Amino acid sequence: MSAAMQSQKAFKAQLTKVYAFYTGGFFLFVAALAILEQMGMARQTMGYVFLVATILLYAGIGVMSRTNDASEYYVAGRRVPAMFNGMATGADWMSAASFIGMAGTLYLSGYNGLAFIMGWTGGYVLVALLLAPYLRKFGQFTIPDFLGARYGGHIPRFIGILIAILVSFTYVVAQIYGVGLITTRLTGVDFQVGVFLGLAGILVCSFLGGMKAVTWTQVAQYIILIIAYMIPVVWLSVKQTGIPVPQAVYGNQLEKVTALEQKLIDDPKEKEVRQIFRDRAAAATEALKDPAKAYTDGKARLEKDLADLKAANEDAGKVKAAEDALGRWPKDQAAATAQWTRDRAAAGRANPPARHGEAFAGKDEKARDIARRNFLALVFCLMVGTAALPHILMRYYTTPSVKEARSSVTWSLFFIFLLYFTAPALAVLVKFVMYNDVVGTAFTSLPAWAQAWAKVDPSLLSITDVNRDGIVQLAEIVIGGDIVVLATPEIAGLPYVVSGLVAAGGLAAALSTADGLLLTIANALSHDLYYKMIDPNAPTSRRVLLSKILLLVVAALAAYVASLKIADILFLVSAAFSLAAAGFFPALVLGVFWKRTTGIAASLGMLAGVGVTFWYMISTHPWLREVFFGTARSVAPDLWWDILPISAGVFGVPLGFLVIILVSLVTPAPSKETQDMVQNVRYPNLKAA
Amino acid sequence: MASTAKLDEYWQRNLRITGILLGIWFIVTFVVGWFARELSFSFFGWPFSFYMGAQGSLVIYCLIIWFYARYMNNMDIEYGVQEGEEE
Repeated sequence: MSAAMQSQKAFKAQLTKVYAFYTGGFFLFVAALAILEQMGMARQTMGYVFLVATILLYAGIGVMSRTNDASEYYVAGRRVPAMFNGMATGADWMSAASFIGMAGTLYLSGYNGLAFIMGWTGGYVLVALLLAPYLRKFGQFTIPDFLGARYGGHIPRFIGILIAILVSFTYVVAQIYGVGLITTRLTGVDFQVGVFLGLAGILVCSFLGGMKAVTWTQVAQYIILIIAYMIPVVWLSVKQTGIPVPQAVYGNQLEKVTALEQKLIDDPKEKEVRQIFRDRAAAATEALKDPAKAYTDGKARLEKDLADLKAANEDAGKVKAAEDALGRWPKDQAAATAQWTRDRAAAGRANPPARHGEAFAGKDEKARDIARRNFLALVFCLMVGTAALPHILMRYYTTPSVKEARSSVTWSLFFIFLLYFTAPALAVLVKFVMYNDVVGTAFTSLPAWAQAWAKVDPSLLSITDVNRDGIVQLAEIVIGGDIVVLATPEIAGLPYVVSGLVAAGGLAAALSTADGLLLTIANALSHDLYYKMIDPNAPTSRRVLLSKILLLVVAALAAYVASLKIADILFLVSAAFSLAAAGFFPALVLGVFWKRTTGIAASLGMLAGVGVTFWYMISTHPWLREVFFGTARSVAPDLWWDILPISAGVFGVPLGFLVIILVSLVTPAPSKETQDMVQNVRYPNLKAA
Repeated sequence: MASTAKLDEYWQRNLRITGILLGIWFIVTFVVGWFARELSFSFFGWPFSFYMGAQGSLVIYCLIIWFYARYMNNMDIEYGVQEGEEE
């Protein structure tokens, strides 16, 4: 055994020990807080302790891993053992959307939400089989590096830089937004302050130590986020089923939920509430045709009713009711229009509850077929997008060998799998609580957690007695997806310390992803654009310094965009997947698997793929269409085969492949040098053979 | 130095196993997904297609990647292209 291998082995043993201590220490920390809570520590204080302690921890790792060495800064010295790289990739991968949003999406959309579960795990099959080992063998620093070396010249590299920045930037904005939300929830500070607090945590770490610091923090963050996710779910499962393995037993709960759904669909009281919403929406649609007339007519009618009652000397109760009705009438036409628009938009609440386990629900064969098509298209885009996100692919440059890169993908998916196969279980368990414990109770005896959440944040949970019978009907509940994860500790009856832990886990998820993304952008600019294209003689120290400065600039810019609170931020995240898929995937895969692929073809293919994807999105997504073309949102988009804009990559990826293949065939074959490079990438060690 | 023929054979075998595994991946994801409505018989309480989407396919993805890593690492040694100790 060589000295290098021995030192690598010692390094791994050392790491295992450090992180074992760390995990133990973290448990002690939580236990201490739990005791302090019993002794009367205020919730707010506990929030601050969690926030400050975890951010200091990440910053501390950053300080300990500070470096100015290029290899350490860009690829963590290429000595990250497979298992730890797997954990880091897991944290890098799982964003605030996975941690907080996923279970909520599953709660709200049942089977259809599984597109995210399958898409965001199945993509790793493509990473493992088609990319990771070859990129590791290639052994440079970034994805544009590969494009530049394989396809020659600056153009492919430059297109790669543009796509990497476009994709990573949209994604990082969403992460920083998530950081702001969680910090606000944890401590009650302002959203903007929250954004910059979180940002400080991200920066100390990636600024000082680049990939090296980010890797070791991400491992620490993975440990926190997985503990935070598991504790409440397991506890809830014990409470409901008596078995601490929710993933294995929630099939039974799903059966119960399905039975309850049938009951709720047929329940006369539920039907009554749904009818109220249907009538309101119909009246609102009618009123909105001529709001001015509807407003004055409606007001006149109420006034006449009141006057008639008074004239007829009716009893005080009836007069009072008529006065109230007049008092509730909007004070001006603008308020009335807003109210009607809301009523019309709430038409969906007139629909009976969807069946959780039913695939592609729809009112007729055609609707079901469209649902199926979009489900599969979304799965496709998320999978291919996973295999094309630069901040994930970059991680496989950091393992010591091709062999480790291969097993590292296995570890990555295993660690991601732990959370992803728990999320559907959590959604079903919470749905059971909702259908069984909340629906059907009197408004006066709502569970404490439901009361508390409805008071804190009506966008997450709001219950109004629409039909005034004093009993909660399912149709009277509006629920925001994020509550599923955030309120689980309280639903399960756990102390507040666990709620703090969950928020800290969400913070870890958002911070770790933001770290990886910021680094990707800064590296694309400093390494690819500056060093490789502008000044190839730049000394290492200047490159690393430049990267650090860019990191600050990009982070500040992203924080600024996030603080604007752009609507449709979730759409932007999913859009990043489609764009990455169409831009990178064909060029990367063909670059390894087809020696004949030429540089011109790859450049044109990347542009065509991204181009058509981007064009389809801006011409079909209501919000983007409004921004780019000024088309009113009410105009029905001209969809291709009924595919929604979120899955635009389903057109971009095949087009990318097609363009690359066709153009390659009519352009001269790549040089011998390039073909040798491809040959070299295909074998872990060609020289020793 | 391994002969060119040997190296070609290595690459062909790599392509074959990659193709087979991608085939399994495709069936689990898209064929089962396409027939999700038809495959909704009860499977330990879950509708089968729901189970596949939530757990079954994930387990199979993990197994695919694990198997590929093992297979390729063994094949590297068989064809003498494994990484040396200096790595």
